[in-house]
Amino acid sequence: MSEAIRLQTPLQDRDLTALQIGDAVLISGIIYTARDAAHKRLVELLKTGRDLPFELRGQIVYYVGPTPERPGQAIGSAGPTTSGRMDPYTPLLLEAGMKGIIGKGQRRPAVIESLVKNKAVYFAATGGAGVLLAQTVKASRIVAYEELGAEAIRELVVEDFPAIVAIDTQGHDLYQEGVKRYRQEEPTR
Amino acid sequence: MREIDASGVTAAVRRLCIDANNLLEEDVMAKLEEAIPKEESPVGREILEQILTNDRMAARLGMPMCQDTGVAVVFVEFGQDVHVIGGDFTEAINEGVRQGYRDGFLRKSLVTDPVIERKNTKDNTPAIIHMQIVPGESIQITLAPKGGGSENMSEVRMMQPSDGIEGITDFVVDRVRRSGGNPCPPVIVGVGIGGNFEQSALLAKKALLRRLGSLNPDPIWNPLEVELLDRINRLGIGPMGLGGRTTALAVHILAQPCHIASMPVAVNLQCHAARHKTAVI
Repeated sequence: MSEAIRLQTPLQDRDLTALQIGDAVLISGIIYTARDAAHKRLVELLKTGRDLPFELRGQIVYYVGPTPERPGQAIGSAGPTTSGRMDPYTPLLLEAGMKGIIGKGQRRPAVIESLVKNKAVYFAATGGAGVLLAQTVKASRIVAYEELGAEAIRELVVEDFPAIVAIDTQGHDLYQEGVKRYRQEEPTR
Repeated sequence: MREIDASGVTAAVRRLCIDANNLLEEDVMAKLEEAIPKEESPVGREILEQILTNDRMAARLGMPMCQDTGVAVVFVEFGQDVHVIGGDFTEAINEGVRQGYRDGFLRKSLVTDPVIERKNTKDNTPAIIHMQIVPGESIQITLAPKGGGSENMSEVRMMQPSDGIEGITDFVVDRVRRSGGNPCPPVIVGVGIGGNFEQSALLAKKALLRRLGSLNPDPIWNPLEVELLDRINRLGIGPMGLGGRTTALAVHILAQPCHIASMPVAVNLQCHAARHKTAVI
């Protein structure tokens, strides 16, 4: 793989438009966690014109529900969850200024269109690499919805969090392009 | 008749929850290692390396390899000459899950009702328990934590006998194709054939427990397992769905007799964190 590109949050448009599918990145700075239940609440706030519990502009949202941290740990295991379940909510968050998403798995066309329209990028992290990814989390604090437990929104400080550009600002999709590239014909039977 | 105290069941289940989540079995590790030199995609190789590094770190640090520590699926082979004393057997298992998920710092991933409130049960209970009465005077417990990502990509189809092997093959391959990166490939594909509607699903799940690299105990299924694995790995899905050759590590089939009118087929996908541990009391 080519050498990883370093990204610092909050993300700048010029950093994002330079990224192409298949690029390896190392993300540093503050990122926010949110998964199913938190998304439902965030979108309710946006739909009724209320403020979000954190500044979303230029930021990355990471789809993760970590395991509980042991004493002395910043976070427990913390790999990505399946992104597709967030698809119904994602365009609204992109309209509200979100610039990056970290998750795993393919996205539906409406999300890809919204990523292009809002010049945002979808990053894939390795599902099931919860321990490896947790090592890049230097600090963690809950910023909203503590009662949701693993689904609470957390602010994470990450250093060199490894991910791959899965959908870029031009709407290229590695879930389609990558599969096309390696698909082999069936043997004739 | 042998007496077994319920507290012993709880202690065993507690330990199994922690070990299953932290220590990946050698057969899975070996299959992941084998896949790396064969993987043509650089992104795919990098992902496989990350997975292996992660799984070794999990064992070393005593942390769960994946944050989705799953629903506790418990397979019990209960010796008919055993008498459980000192408590309720089902509750003893659930108490073991409660303690294991608490003491192992595992994620509690169950909600009370599936639709209306979806409030976390906060202790990862209830476990899903499959009981089988067998001869003997011991209890064998296999604990298999199952994550949501791969479980969500599973399916049962009531096929017709005339659909034959070809129908089954197309269904299984298409189920993997439609799942893409969602079930965290490389996956293990459990296929249950026969029984009835619910039994086929259970067969598919039990098929996942077979040791990777082992032949099917019923040799009539070996050619189909080989063909399915070949076709699945031609799909191009690759590690985490980003393109590559390694989409599945294995296909395991488990079959049993069924009704003359039926041919139920179930596909249970298992992510690369193929976790299960067994204890005998």
